[in-house]
This record gives sequence, structure tokens and C-alpha cells, in this order.
Amino acid sequence: MSQMNIEEIKEFAKAIRRTAVTMAYKTRTSHTGGTLSQADVLAVLYSGVLNCSPDRMDDPTRDRFIESKGHNCASYYAALALKGFMNNDELMEQYCQNGSEYFEHVSHKLPGVELSTGSLGHGFPVAAGMALGSKRSNTPFNVYCIIGDGEINEGSNWEAMMFAAHHKLDNLCVILDKNQMQAMGDTKDIMCLDPMAEKIRAFQWNVCDIDGNDVEQIIAAFESFKKCKDKPTFIVANTVKGKGVSYMEHNLKFHYSAPNEEEYKQAMEELK
Amino acid sequence: MRTSFINQLLEEAKQNEKIFLIIGDLGYHVVEPFMEAIPERFLNAGIAEQNMAGVAAGLAMTGYNVYIYSIGNFPTLRCLEQIRNDIAYHKANVKIVSVGAGYAYGSLGATHQPTEEIGALRAIPNMVVATPGDPVEARAIAKFSADYDGPMYIRLGKAGETVAHSEASLTVNAGDILPVMLKEGNKKAVLACGNIMAAAKSQIEEQRLPYDLYSVPFVKPLNKAQLKAIVENHPDGLITIEEHQASCGMGSAIVECVNDMFAEGELNTYPHIKRTAIPDEFAPVVGTQTYLREYEGLRIN
Repeated sequence: MSQMNIEEIKEFAKAIRRTAVTMAYKTRTSHTGGTLSQADVLAVLYSGVLNCSPDRMDDPTRDRFIESKGHNCASYYAALALKGFMNNDELMEQYCQNGSEYFEHVSHKLPGVELSTGSLGHGFPVAAGMALGSKRSNTPFNVYCIIGDGEINEGSNWEAMMFAAHHKLDNLCVILDKNQMQAMGDTKDIMCLDPMAEKIRAFQWNVCDIDGNDVEQIIAAFESFKKCKDKPTFIVANTVKGKGVSYMEHNLKFHYSAPNEEEYKQAMEELK
Repeated sequence: MRTSFINQLLEEAKQNEKIFLIIGDLGYHVVEPFMEAIPERFLNAGIAEQNMAGVAAGLAMTGYNVYIYSIGNFPTLRCLEQIRNDIAYHKANVKIVSVGAGYAYGSLGATHQPTEEIGALRAIPNMVVATPGDPVEARAIAKFSADYDGPMYIRLGKAGETVAHSEASLTVNAGDILPVMLKEGNKKAVLACGNIMAAAKSQIEEQRLPYDLYSVPFVKPLNKAQLKAIVENHPDGLITIEEHQASCGMGSAIVECVNDMFAEGELNTYPHIKRTAIPDEFAPVVGTQTYLREYEGLRIN
């Protein structure tokens, strides 16, 4: 992890964003804001943090990653395609097309994917179960799970929060993509989450409160996770919804709408 | 029944290191032998069934055959979407075990009376739904489930149920309909599931009813060939009896299967089928299991 190339990761994050926006544009699909906010975390994870590769998906010692924000599959699929887990051409041709398995929510039928998600609040408990399985079977691996700040309204996350701390699952790292918006508006107006980091610390987790669009801070947070013993790690990744495309940033419209032709061209310019 | 099941599960777990038991903070005086014998494959997940079901799915995905255990509605309806998405959709090797079927916890009220969950779970693809009728069947289902790789619901009674089968032990395959009491010349058959089966047997014996009795230990799948043979051998028809809502339980499954066989030309005549089940209501009064069965009309007529 110490040899990670910051510039390469930033370029990878841009490539993820370009692919994800292109998928949304071509298929007129939604949820682009949240798919962009998490792109930097995905870029770091798939640049050496996650101990996994396309030829190791059957290896019981591979690290697991769960994208619990299933509606934000575009940037996740983009990362998998760019790293060779899935075929990029096939993804671009088949995403959301009749008869394909490239659903608009994360599907375990696709190569590189551990868990289908879409209904919120499911990924975290399953990730905790995998982490427990590693401990009980003496099969060492880490489990990473991205959840959303709208998603954390769901009570199942808080059940898993208690569970993971109680069982000292220090091989579990949950990343909260805190982009401050959910389906109908700002999280602070719908279900106030703050002070998030303090809340999670009170649950006896190792907490990193970072700029979730800053690659170096993300790397440092994963280093903290790998060093921490006897506590699971929770990374509060403070991000910007729509990050990287100026007119999408902090704009609820792109939870629902795909960019038009002019907007798409502008996005590709900004993501060069 | 629950003790027979857990004791058999413990025997299986001693031989099979993949078996893992998670309880939802219930099972006092039942699960302790397992907990003491195999602590490394036992866990109390607390009172948090959504998490318990999700954890079970994740644990199964690392190679375990995971049993989650709690009372009636808690490991089923409370976490139904986790069962659907995390367990069934992924074909995760998780067994959902509920105790207190129907009115077993009669005095505890409607919250503790699972009377709809067969319907909820049998509607979910990839699920096997097991409803053992007595302690012998509970042990047989425990053995079956230890070797079965996939999602399964196991609906148990409580304690002290009557043994209905004359055999000390049985081997079952998914979908089997088991003969319990047959007599040459009987033209009508009773199909029972769950621990009301023993009550049906007693009633048939006491009233000397000319009915054959079968147990339906699997509501899903149903063995079509066995059901077809039962229908064809009983020209006066069938009576189903269960401790579950009429709209979606075993009787519904039997009617659907018979109807489909008739529609497809696999049955030449459409049998008379009388369903005995709860008439779309929560029991409005308190009572013992026997009292509530009578109150809701759960007896062979």
C-alpha cells in the first residue's frame, strides 16, 4: 500500500467517472450523483488496498468488497471493468439492455461481484457475517463495505454496528459515502446524522473522519484500518454528490436524471 | 420437537464442521448442549433479526451451513427481506428455524403466534419449506437439512409433542408426503402438517373415522407423483389440516398442485378437497394451544 501511486489513482478515479457517466448517458439511467461521490474510494480500494484480482474470485482468502449502495452500481461496475474483473465492452453494450444481466442495481451474477444489493441496509450485516466467517474459520481476509448516508437511516445498519464491535471484527472496514444528500433532499433536513463520527466512536469502532474525495486521506484511512486491532473500522468519507462534474455537484437532479448530449460533452471535458 | 431437532443437529454438527448455529437470544434450556459442545460454531446474535439473517448469509458465503433459530415470527417475518435478498436470491446455505408453530405459545398472544409465515416463505424462490409433524420427523428434517446445500425454512413446534410415527427414525427426501396411518378400504385421506398432525391422528382414532392420514413435512416442494397417487387412491377426496392461515399455507399448496396437475391433464378427475385452517383472523382470545385450535375450528369435520 505504501507504494501506491497517487497520480495513477487520481487518473483511475477519472476513468471510473467517465465510464459511469457514459453508462448513464447511453442508457438514460439515474443515480449518477452518488455514483460519482464514491469514485475516489473505489479507485483507492481497487488500486491495491483490496487483496483480490480477477483470477482469485474463488480463492477463500481473497478480500471481499460489498457495494451496499446498490443503485450506485455504475462506478462500481466501471472499476471492475477497468481492472479486468468484467469485460468493459460487454458492460458498455449490455448495461440495462433487455435480456442482459447488467442490472441497474448491483448483481452477483456478474464477475467480480460478491453480493447483490439494491434494497438499502443489507450490505453491512452480510459484510459482518463474512468477517465473522473469516475469524471463526481462521481464514484470514478483510471485508470492505461502502454504505450511503441515506442508507444509514435503515435500522439494520445499527444492529450490525453493535454486532461488529461486540465481536471485535477488526477485519471489517465500513466506508460511509457521506455525500449529504438522499432521495428527497439534504440528509440534515430528512434525518440528521451528525455528529456521525462521534456516534460511531461511541459504538466502540475505530473511526476515521476524512475528505472522501481526497485520495491521500483515503489511503491513510485504509492504513489506519489495517493497523487497528480488536475494533472494526468506520471511515466517514465526507464526499460531494456528483463530484467531478461541476453542474452535477450538490444537485439533486442527478439522483434522477441522465445528462443530455450537451451536458455529457461538458462532463467528458471536465473529466479529461 | 425443538429438543429433538437441536439434539439431532448437535449430532450432525459433531460430524460436520460446516454446521453453525446462531440464536436470536432465545432457546433457553434447548440450545445449551450445542453451545457447550461446539462453542466455536455457536453464536447468540442478540435481539436483532435483520442483522442475524444478514450475518447468516455472509457466514454461509464463507462456507458454513448456518442455522438461525428463534421464535416463530422473529426469524421469518421480522427479517423477510433479508431472507429474500441476502439468503434466497444468493442461494446461501442458511436454514431458518422457528419454534412455536401456530398456537404453541397460545397464552402469549398473536405477536408470538406464527400463522402466516409459511405463506410468506413458500412464495420466495429457492426456498425449501419444511413442516415436521412430530419429533421423529423433526429429527429426519434435521438430518436432511445438514446435507442440503441451500436456503430452507424449518417450522418446529415447542416441546412435549406426541410421537405419531410408529418408526423410531425416518429418512426423508425433499417433497416427501409420509403415510402415518392407512387402512385398506379408506376412501378419504387427511393431509396434515406441523404438530397438529398428532391431534388429527388422535381424532381419527377416537372417532374411528374411515380416513387415511398422511403427514406433509414439506410444503415446498411437494412430491407431485406421491400427491397424485394419494388423490387417485382416495375417490372421496382430501381433507387438509394445518395451524396456519387458510389463504397461503399447506392446504393452498395442495390445492394449487392438484389444480395444476388437473389443468395439465395429469389428473383425470378433480378431487373434493376440504381445507381446515385459520379463517383469516388473529386469535382474539387467549388460551392453550388445544383451546385455540378448537376456537378457530381446527379439527377434522
